[in-house]
Amino acid sequence: MKWDEFFVFTGDPMLFAAMISIIVGAISIVVGLTYFKKWAYLWREWLTTVDHKKIGVMYILVALIMLFRGGVDALLMRGQTAMPENGLLNAQHYNEIFTTHGVIMILFMAMPFIIGLMNVIIPLQIGARDVAFPRLNSVSFWLFAAGAGLFNISFIIGGSPDAGWSAYFPLASLEFSPTVGNNYYALSLQIAGLGTLMTGINFVVTILKMRAPGMTWMKMPMFTWSVLITNVIIVFAFPVLTVALALMTMDRQFGTKFFAMQDGGMDMLWANLFWVWGHPEVYIVILPAFGIFSEIISTFARKNLYGYKSMVVSMVAISLLSFVVWAHHFYTMGHGVMVNSIFSISTMAIAVPTGVKIFNWLLTLHKGKISFTTPMLYSLAFIPIFTIGGVTGVMLAMASADYQYHNTMFLVAHFHYVLIPGTVFAVIAGFHFWFPKVFGFRLNEKLGKLGFWFITISFNVAFFPLFILGLNGMTRRMYTYSESTGYGPLNMLSFIGAVGLGIGFIILVYNIYWSIRYSPRDEDGDPWDARSLEWATHSPVPVYNFARVPKINELDAFWFAKKNNRMLSDDPYEPIHMPSNSGMPFLMSGAFFAAGFCAVFSWWIPAIIFTIAIFVFMALRSFEQDHGYYISVEEIERTERELGGDKK
Amino acid sequence: MKIDESLPLEYSTEENRLKILGFWIFLGAEIALFSTLFAVYFTLENRFGTGPSAQEIFHMPPVMIETILLLTSSFTIGLGIHAMRLGLKKAMMTFFVITLMLGLGFLGVEIYEFVTYVNEGATIQTSAFLSALMTLLGTHGLHVTFGLFWGTAILLQVRKRGLTPETANKSFIFSLYWHFLDVVWIFIFSFVYLKGLMVL
Ligand SMILES: [Cu+2]
Repeated sequence: MKWDEFFVFTGDPMLFAAMISIIVGAISIVVGLTYFKKWAYLWREWLTTVDHKKIGVMYILVALIMLFRGGVDALLMRGQTAMPENGLLNAQHYNEIFTTHGVIMILFMAMPFIIGLMNVIIPLQIGARDVAFPRLNSVSFWLFAAGAGLFNISFIIGGSPDAGWSAYFPLASLEFSPTVGNNYYALSLQIAGLGTLMTGINFVVTILKMRAPGMTWMKMPMFTWSVLITNVIIVFAFPVLTVALALMTMDRQFGTKFFAMQDGGMDMLWANLFWVWGHPEVYIVILPAFGIFSEIISTFARKNLYGYKSMVVSMVAISLLSFVVWAHHFYTMGHGVMVNSIFSISTMAIAVPTGVKIFNWLLTLHKGKISFTTPMLYSLAFIPIFTIGGVTGVMLAMASADYQYHNTMFLVAHFHYVLIPGTVFAVIAGFHFWFPKVFGFRLNEKLGKLGFWFITISFNVAFFPLFILGLNGMTRRMYTYSESTGYGPLNMLSFIGAVGLGIGFIILVYNIYWSIRYSPRDEDGDPWDARSLEWATHSPVPVYNFARVPKINELDAFWFAKKNNRMLSDDPYEPIHMPSNSGMPFLMSGAFFAAGFCAVFSWWIPAIIFTIAIFVFMALRSFEQDHGYYISVEEIERTERELGGDKK
Repeated sequence: MKIDESLPLEYSTEENRLKILGFWIFLGAEIALFSTLFAVYFTLENRFGTGPSAQEIFHMPPVMIETILLLTSSFTIGLGIHAMRLGLKKAMMTFFVITLMLGLGFLGVEIYEFVTYVNEGATIQTSAFLSALMTLLGTHGLHVTFGLFWGTAILLQVRKRGLTPETANKSFIFSLYWHFLDVVWIFIFSFVYLKGLMVL
């Protein structure tokens, strides 16, 4: 490998600028940390932490950064296609950007944002002191961070993947994608995926075993239910991705013939494996969103959630169906009428439980005393916009009609109409809703609402035109088109919408900055007058979460305790057992990153050395004797006093 | 740490119970992983291109030896856990050592089998069938290899610290892992080797 292949910026001013800005950014962070003497603080409080709240915050921070990286990709794409025969990007560059946009938005933005909220909220919502395996939780986060880092450096070192986020073979094979880009794809998703799998196991055990006394199945908050179901999907779907990516690596770097076009290989095998994971993945990012909306709608309608049991049943139904619909992603790619019919029916069946949920939300709103806060606005906007996404989904589910829509902008519009009002609105709503839980003060409502209107209106301006463009025959992943196609004006409109969306997200970030500086700090831990258990403790939350473990006897127990002026527990304080911090997960993920990086370039000897280092860390962990520490009753009393006295 | 005396040592603390449940769920994920590899194998088993077919390369004797070694090791680790429950540290360690030796024997024969294939011109690059076969066998073999190191680490800890709730928990979880590898092998034996040798 020559240097000019290694550093891809040579000759491209835009990439050169990006690289310089990354280097300047990195140097300024290092200088800043040194100048303010924050290295020790960073190590002690964040890099080694096993506290689920801090891990959640780090997930969300990385997700926000990735939102901007993926957002810049999106703006470049919309900018390139805004005019016929535009020259902003060349074909190769465009291929790389739509690939990284997809991968980053799904795997490094949507999922970690949700996992971050899950980390912060779930233990609080079930009245637990932490997750089941706090150390493993830290490993999960750092593996995700290593994967995200590895994926992002592909941009400046070696070249980004360019075969789409679904990386279909033979396009993703060494023959048609000869750069190291798809090696990055396989290895970085592999590392991040391992972390996700561990998160899945961790949260299933946490929710099954660590609920507060009295919180039976049907007394669990809806967000907890959605997260439980999501993590079960993770446990069964992610191993499929693990295998698919391993086979991709072997085909590209060891000459195996799984997806080859000779020696018996089968390229469609990749498409099947990818979507057997990929469709459940869609529900991994959407079910927790449903959970978040359920919490917010019920809180701000001041009513209990309508149809609790049918909500649970429909989520279970969706999760089961999600494993038997994968072939709807390639109706046109050569399976028979019978197969297409079966997958068509199973796909349309998903609309039924989803419809049940929509009606439940509407009936929760019915006759409620609705307060229009920022999180509530997002939740209210979600219902109609998501329904458009759902209805176009049913259109796409019809196999015979799909021959018209397949791989057109209609499809692109459809999945953005589900993922943005579904997942993105949910995480932003959840972010506004739970921000005071973590930091003790609310985000500014005025800026929040301004951001909401920018994002919602711009979203529709950006994506509705794509439905029409798709029906007119514009295919996805087309880097340019001629003027005679007539696609120009609607694409320009879509570009304007994309810019508006960008402004909306900038308002969101500005709101964080503004609120940290000026927002009033006089909150009492329950600023929204909410219903579930996470609000029963102080905000910000003390390290042990609850001074006394609450006792639950009904759904929304905190709400009724509040209304009836009752305590959730009046047991005396007892010493609390806590897990100790560890730097090992961080260092081990460093070894993962290094091993992955060397493997991308087929530098096998250093890759093996770093892999051995990973196993050394695992062995050290096995021999380590660490029983955590106890927080004494005096310390609990002191902390509770400082935080403003006893809580319910 | 609260220790519940009424339960076996490996279940005696809350942390231990969480770890055992967590490991069962991890095994669920492992089942998904091996199911995917089996699905890949079944898809590609007759797609051998210009390379050899299953019937041409499978030899029964080494496979039989591997099967006997691994099945026996599953039995001996069961005895080891039984000894552990009776509090017999020495017997438990002996059975664990036997288990690991049998595992090592299995691995040796499997490596011999792979070398034979390669010498016969059947490499992982030859055909999709061989890629799938060797990946499936290799993944199982790597699990066994990892198990050998892991089991050794646990043995060292039992020797040094005796049978505590912590070491008993680790040993028990390791036994679950080892039984799981045996189950996977039974599927490999039946649906890869026996099926491959059948003349239809
Ligand atoms: Cu799908």
